[in-house]
Amino acid sequence: MDIQSVVASVRFGLGRRPGDPVPSDPVAWLERQLARPAPLPPQGYAGIPEAFAAIRADRETERTIREAQAAVPRSAPQGTTMGGTMEGEAMMAPAERAPPRAAARPRRPEFQRPQLIRAAGIAWIAHGLEAAEEYHVRLTNFWLNHFTVSRRRPNAGVFLGDFLRSAIRPHVTGRFADMLLAVARHPAMLLYLDNAGSIGPNSRAGLRRGRGLNENLAREILELHTLSPAAGYTQADVTEFAKILTGWSVEGQREPLGFVFRPNTHEPGEKTLMGRRYPPGEEGGIAALRWIAEHPATHRHLATKLVRHFVADDLPRAAVDRIFAVLRDTRGDLGAAARALIRLPEAWSPPLTKLRTPLDYVLAVLRALEAPPEAGAEIAWRDLPRLGQPLWSAPAPNGWADSAAEWAAPEGILRRVEWAHALAGRGGRQDARALAEAVLGPLVHEDTLREAGRAGSARDALTLVLASPEFQRR
Amino acid sequence: MRTDPIPTRDGSRQPRESAGPRVGRRGFLLGLSATVALGSARLALAQAPGERRFVVVLLRGALDGLSAVPAYGDPDFAALRGPLALPEPGQEGGALDLGGRFGLHPRLRTLHALYREGEALVLHAVAGPYRSRSHFEAQDLLEAGLADRRLASGWLNRALAAMPSPSPRGGAGEGIGLAVGTGVPLLLRGPAAVRSYAPQGLAQPETDLLARIAALSARDPLLGPAVAEGLRDRGFTAAVLAGQQAAMGGRGGAGQNAFPALAGAAGRLLAAADGPRVAALELGGWDTHAGQVGRLVQPLGALDDGIAALREGLGEHWRRTAVLVITEFGRTVRVNGTLGTDHGTAGAAFVLGGAVAGGAVRTTWPGLAERQLFQGRDLAPTTDLRAVAKGLLRDHLRLSAGALAQAFPGSEAVTPMSGLVRS
Repeated sequence: MDIQSVVASVRFGLGRRPGDPVPSDPVAWLERQLARPAPLPPQGYAGIPEAFAAIRADRETERTIREAQAAVPRSAPQGTTMGGTMEGEAMMAPAERAPPRAAARPRRPEFQRPQLIRAAGIAWIAHGLEAAEEYHVRLTNFWLNHFTVSRRRPNAGVFLGDFLRSAIRPHVTGRFADMLLAVARHPAMLLYLDNAGSIGPNSRAGLRRGRGLNENLAREILELHTLSPAAGYTQADVTEFAKILTGWSVEGQREPLGFVFRPNTHEPGEKTLMGRRYPPGEEGGIAALRWIAEHPATHRHLATKLVRHFVADDLPRAAVDRIFAVLRDTRGDLGAAARALIRLPEAWSPPLTKLRTPLDYVLAVLRALEAPPEAGAEIAWRDLPRLGQPLWSAPAPNGWADSAAEWAAPEGILRRVEWAHALAGRGGRQDARALAEAVLGPLVHEDTLREAGRAGSARDALTLVLASPEFQRR
Repeated sequence: MRTDPIPTRDGSRQPRESAGPRVGRRGFLLGLSATVALGSARLALAQAPGERRFVVVLLRGALDGLSAVPAYGDPDFAALRGPLALPEPGQEGGALDLGGRFGLHPRLRTLHALYREGEALVLHAVAGPYRSRSHFEAQDLLEAGLADRRLASGWLNRALAAMPSPSPRGGAGEGIGLAVGTGVPLLLRGPAAVRSYAPQGLAQPETDLLARIAALSARDPLLGPAVAEGLRDRGFTAAVLAGQQAAMGGRGGAGQNAFPALAGAAGRLLAAADGPRVAALELGGWDTHAGQVGRLVQPLGALDDGIAALREGLGEHWRRTAVLVITEFGRTVRVNGTLGTDHGTAGAAFVLGGAVAGGAVRTTWPGLAERQLFQGRDLAPTTDLRAVAKGLLRDHLRLSAGALAQAFPGSEAVTPMSGLVRS
């Protein structure tokens, strides 16, 4: 196997499955994956109406619980009894099951939002385990992290399936301005960064209710999604931009559900953002977003993040300049940038210095073991929290870190080893060395092959391969 | 993964009775009469799994039988083993005596106590019917119960399939078997549905595997220090990883082998009235190619503590229990260039439990003289492990001849060993 075809699958793809054909021309192989893929099937990715319905249902459930707690004195038995569960133990034998407790806590209420989020997460991981367009999946994950919406806020996270399916993925090889606009108008982002409730102080609603701006979305768009602080904007610009975006809100009650521009809460009058004037109304926001999307500082910021993600933590200046030039010359064509990334000479030269994030690592391991997509996705969803990266749960709007050092904490790395060992225990009768060669080709180190050959069991051999440095690097 | 090209056919090897005295002859005779006496009871009891418990412990990685059970009475032993030979019984750090010719590794103190109470049988010069020196191939064949081809099911599962389910609507053998650990070993895969038990966070990799991963990672400037530091946080110092010292248990509370806890849990599950009756456990860390004297202490200790935990977990059911401890092959008799041993052929096995007619070493000792070694390097096999397993299935679990043939196809020539359990 040619080293370039392995590097292609590790750097730009999700990791080889042993049966995958070896591409004769790795660059052409990656480029073909950039053709606009078929839309994701709707199964698993709840639409906007279902997400709003889940929010309403959960609100109702919470109200019921509060009323029940208020009505029932603490000493009285509550609700129905249920058997205790062996928390922390996967247990199938009846012997260790705790006996039903007489006065158990009330039945745990069923909240719908976590179920919708989980369904979308499982569907997306399963797609990653079987998708042929690996590079496109990687790019989608990159942009999803760039425009982080975290399910730590369930009212925003419940929209993640639709956010991925309709705001991010259609634009992965399209224009950055279109993606930015789709993101800024999506309920997921409008709720995650609080713009849905931002009110112009001088709008009708603002004057009546005495409420005002929420700058959160405006600030994060400028700082994280587009210009970055290097562009030199000021607090005044943030405030002006927040005013521009007032009225960009969500409608959860009446059709059509989803994005709505509310003139009622929009700050009247012209605004000035970085020296440019924007008229009042929804149009002003669209114009401002399009302008900052194509600002050179935005292109520089995006080029830096793309190169860091796909090439190296220690940024090769020439590579960043090259991607910056492509974005500038194509007015933010992300497909052109993706095609330029795979033509960077820096992207093809080992050693691989990036470290797979837990998500990348889990996908690569499950693909190497050829796990069935659904079952594999269940495992990934269940185990990613312990590995330090629960899917779509970045702690802050700047998303998950993208440098090797951030993911090389000793405890995290040991947990990978333990996870690989646990998974290798159910790996059937895989020949670890054959698997290593089929998945890593010339990247596999001779020490790893030797140790796998000497290992005391098939499981240990597989663990050594999956925990080896070359398997964790990308 | 080396494989010897010429497998020995079943039964072609004649036991070399002349090479040494048969140890534990009394147990052998007792067992014979027991089998006869119980001939009629076998049928009736096969209708239900009954109250007897059976546990198989797989030692993955090839336990060095001559370290666990040193044949210090053999005239060639000390010279061949060199630095691997322990002091003789009675000396500082010496082996625990098993009656004059054999000893037990000093860390196997529970096993030794069981031996003295008549609840442990030590088997020596035993091996499966295959002559592969590949761990994976040999483990597959050991678990499948075959001489030379692989099956997708294990002998223990096929034995379960011959037993009716305790629940009226269950399929054959359903619910009797229990796999302890994060995977179901081939030994327990097959037609009979088995349960499995794995406490979260307990199934840690063995120290030896962690040491190898640490060594493999060392060349990586980021992962090398991360693995080393992570292991140190968990109580694995360099000395522990090198096998020179037992882990003390670090911040995470790990650093100790999970096996005793797993074995204790297995015992408690087996003791339950509606629980499983047959369990399989696995323990690794035996592939001691280097630094064997230090490296073996930890897995031997885990095995010994695990047996103690299993007995405690079983409580009063220990007296109805037989435990079979087996490994895929033994190791070379001579020490290699890195103070370890390489893949060999025959080794030691143990049968333990309150139901066991113990207190003896049962072996047809082949001797350790040059001409007596298998291919000039290994302890020669004189007892087929299938004979031991078949003896336990027949006399302890009361399986019929037909069921034994199902469990071990093609083993007609291998007579079940008698006298392993009390009448």
